[in-house]
Amino acid sequence: MKRDLVIIGGGPAGLAAAIAAYDAGCKDVVIVERESAVGGVLKQCIHNGFGLTRFKENLTGPEYAHKFIDEAEKRNIETLTDTFVISLDDKKRVTCMNKSGIFTIEAKAVILAMGCRERSKGALNIAGTRPAGLFSAGTAQKYVNLKGWLPGKRVVILGSGDIGLIMARRMTLEGAKVLCVSEIMPYSSGLKRNIAQCLNDFNIPLYLEHTVVEIEGKERVTGVTLARVDENKRPIPGTEKHFDCDTVLFSVGLIPENELTKRAGISLDSRTKGAQVDGDRETQIEGIFACGNVLHVHDLVDFVSEEAETAGKSAARYVLEGERKKDYILTENGENTAYVLPQKLDRNKKEAQKLYFRVRAAFRNAEIVVDTGVAVKKFNKIAVAPGEMESVTLKAEEIASAKYVRISVNRRA
Amino acid sequence: MYDIAIVGGGCIGALTARELARYRLKTVVLEAASDVAAGASRANSGIVHAGFDAAEGSLKAKFNVLGNAMMETVCKELGVEYKNNASLVLAFDEEQENTLRELVERGKKNGVKGLEILNKEEVLRREPNVSKEVFAALYAPTGGIVCPFTLTIAAMGNAMDNGAELFTDFEVVAAEEQGDSVRLSAADGRSVNAKYVINCAGAGSQKVAELFGKANFTVHARKGEYILLDSSTAGYVKSTIFTVPTKAGKGVLVTPTTDGNTLIGPTSVEEETFDTSIRREGFDDILGKAKKMCDRLPLGETITSFAGVRAYSDRHDFVLEEGGERLFNAAGIESPGLTSSPAIGKYIAEKIADKFHAEKNSDFNPNRKSYAFFKKLSVEEKNKIIAENPEFGQIVCRCESVTLGEIREALTRNPRARTIDGIKLRTRAGMGRCQSGFCQPAQLELLMKEYGLRFDEVTKNGKKSFIIVGGEI
Ligand SMILES: Cc1cc2nc3c(=O)[nH]c(=O)nc-3n(C[C@H](O)[C@H](O)[C@H](O)COP(=O)(O)OP(=O)(O)OC[C@H]3O[C@@H](n4cnc5c(N)ncnc54)[C@H](O)[C@@H]3O)c2cc1C
Repeated sequence: MKRDLVIIGGGPAGLAAAIAAYDAGCKDVVIVERESAVGGVLKQCIHNGFGLTRFKENLTGPEYAHKFIDEAEKRNIETLTDTFVISLDDKKRVTCMNKSGIFTIEAKAVILAMGCRERSKGALNIAGTRPAGLFSAGTAQKYVNLKGWLPGKRVVILGSGDIGLIMARRMTLEGAKVLCVSEIMPYSSGLKRNIAQCLNDFNIPLYLEHTVVEIEGKERVTGVTLARVDENKRPIPGTEKHFDCDTVLFSVGLIPENELTKRAGISLDSRTKGAQVDGDRETQIEGIFACGNVLHVHDLVDFVSEEAETAGKSAARYVLEGERKKDYILTENGENTAYVLPQKLDRNKKEAQKLYFRVRAAFRNAEIVVDTGVAVKKFNKIAVAPGEMESVTLKAEEIASAKYVRISVNRRA
Repeated sequence: MYDIAIVGGGCIGALTARELARYRLKTVVLEAASDVAAGASRANSGIVHAGFDAAEGSLKAKFNVLGNAMMETVCKELGVEYKNNASLVLAFDEEQENTLRELVERGKKNGVKGLEILNKEEVLRREPNVSKEVFAALYAPTGGIVCPFTLTIAAMGNAMDNGAELFTDFEVVAAEEQGDSVRLSAADGRSVNAKYVINCAGAGSQKVAELFGKANFTVHARKGEYILLDSSTAGYVKSTIFTVPTKAGKGVLVTPTTDGNTLIGPTSVEEETFDTSIRREGFDDILGKAKKMCDRLPLGETITSFAGVRAYSDRHDFVLEEGGERLFNAAGIESPGLTSSPAIGKYIAEKIADKFHAEKNSDFNPNRKSYAFFKKLSVEEKNKIIAENPEFGQIVCRCESVTLGEIREALTRNPRARTIDGIKLRTRAGMGRCQSGFCQPAQLELLMKEYGLRFDEVTKNGKKSFIIVGGEI
């Protein structure tokens, strides 16, 4: 089978990319989705807070997804659901498996939009037993929101990622007692608004600089012990707090799902755990693009959609016009920056380009410094935090003359 | 009335049951847990030891070498993953190299073939990730790896396919002579009568022996903790890498598993009980040792940690002998018990067949389809199977690419999976990077359907290990 554009993943990134590609003139698009419906993780995110930036509306996850699903349907964009991509190679051959068998699609262009998965508890080297009752926050969310089953009644949440915060509120509303959220860092990795609306409004304590020292229980979890950590993140003896609980949720980070990317021979950026891309979101392999959480973990879906549209438009142009000649400069982390995306910029591209970046630590009175090697731009922010992605837009002429782009974040006195 | 009751469904009980199925004997296996492979046979290093380590003249030495020679065939018949990946014992100085020479000598006496000492360059050529500090290594070409729990499950399944029965959640708590048989009872009142009992109860083997009178051995606990890395690390080491053994045991090893993961461990800690919790210090202990053995350990790929507990006897050797008129003890089977299990099973079965003048079972079929058979097929063969059964085209576990068809087999084939862990051990669903985050809800629903359970009756591994305890919303 031959197709112009294959999009792997039918979550918000894949949907928005498909629509944008279609509208840019690439009509032969197919979305391959392993679940039985498109929409990705938004299907289980029944809380609101989606679309505030993009639509100036406060939508739930499914409502946000439906705006895109409707648009895709209007355009008759084909979706292959219940279909699992088992491999992708550097010739853009996408091999899929579903109930009808294994088949290969030869694509002119591919967009990677596989999303991310939760980091599992197993990765954390936690002492104690391994009983029933330990869930990643997303799994608990699926049980509660899609199945209507409450995993447990007395809950401790380890890690303060957004899904954990959302689930603290959700499980409380469903009658569970959430005893606390424990975070090893001195700040939460979640959005400020989630701390306020999901913890503070329900008087759920957040213990910063705390870690789990032991999980107890033979058949079902019966308790956890937390302790404060020192500057090396080691528990401080004597600071232990014990909680009797029947459930522990882990919200300890999200990891882009790049197994297919790696198998295609695309190298990953160790900072983002996603592919290295340029402003078009094109990877090192011509005609393979990436967007959404498979590229870097976003905190708001609104930015996922925006990024996916860039990838979709670029892929359409690639299909219709072929590869353009590119003249790359690199983007770099400066002081206090965790990563900058895209990793490279094309000086030949005659458009303004938006750069996303994350800071390494939370602080107030920040000064953002963008250095292009020929000019320095500065602007102030009241507060920055690792949990909130920042962005800066450079004009076409600023990029055309740049030697590199280095983004730093300084503390103002 | 059974001829033989085997107490314990670990690798020793399972392989003994399978060997007994070659005779016309009515056999039942009684297992305390809700599934087989619940004890040491679930959580161990999975090494098919070459046999140079065990003391000369010991039962360990004898059965290790015999079992090693049988393992490949047994695994082929049972469709279990086995790989002859060779073992390397690293020496970091001259003194340790002397120990290697002693091991070679001991190995020769034990009947181990092909032992050789390699110099630094040869070691690093074979294993580029071994530490540059290495001085020399013992190379044991007969060393291998096997998946311990699928071996146990498959051996039990094959025994059952050939007529053996299995009762799970059956902890033997009493044994009572009744004429020409023994009545074995579980705490819940169930009981079975058998003419002869084989005690393969691992951690519980002293207790079981004592149900028949005074035991002439004691059994003790020594814990081993591990860290498991994702299968994306496949190839990090090819052979099993040991350090020279000390009194405390074989030390930490770094090994590939048959599924391509990298396994680091075990620790070695004397314990009062057989509980499998992991100590905080365990991690530092494992990593401290492993970092001296290997460079560039891909610890970022850690997916889980676990512990197993060795049940060793006060003889520091296997106990393999009659324990009374109606009892045979296969007790204190610590390492290399997994390696030895096919040979121990054969030895016990032959003894019993002799005792009972049992006839050969001419219908015995030694073969069994692998759980992983589907993965190994070509695209054309897979397409043929999917055309017949579309469930083989539906992926349930993304990380390990396990299909609905494979899970369905695990739910229906001997011994049937009844729990989330039961599915995992048979199919690897939930064993990958996300540790069942994505597929546990789907597995739970499959268990509900298969056994007519409510959502809050499905367990992780039996008893009260319920997955959902907060009720319906
Ligand atoms: C950390 C560790 C690493 C090891 N590494 C290796 C290795 O690399 N290579 C190797 O060859 N060997 C290794 N071994 C040894 C090997 O795992 C054991 O020798 C082997 O698994 C023992 O099998 P078993 O059937 O005797 O015991 P188990 O697997 O423990 O089975 C005993 C079973 O009996 C059941 N039971 C107990 N009491 C009762 C009762 N009263 N009624 C009913 N059922 C009961 C238990 O529930 C259990 O399922 C290792 C062991 C450990 C712990």
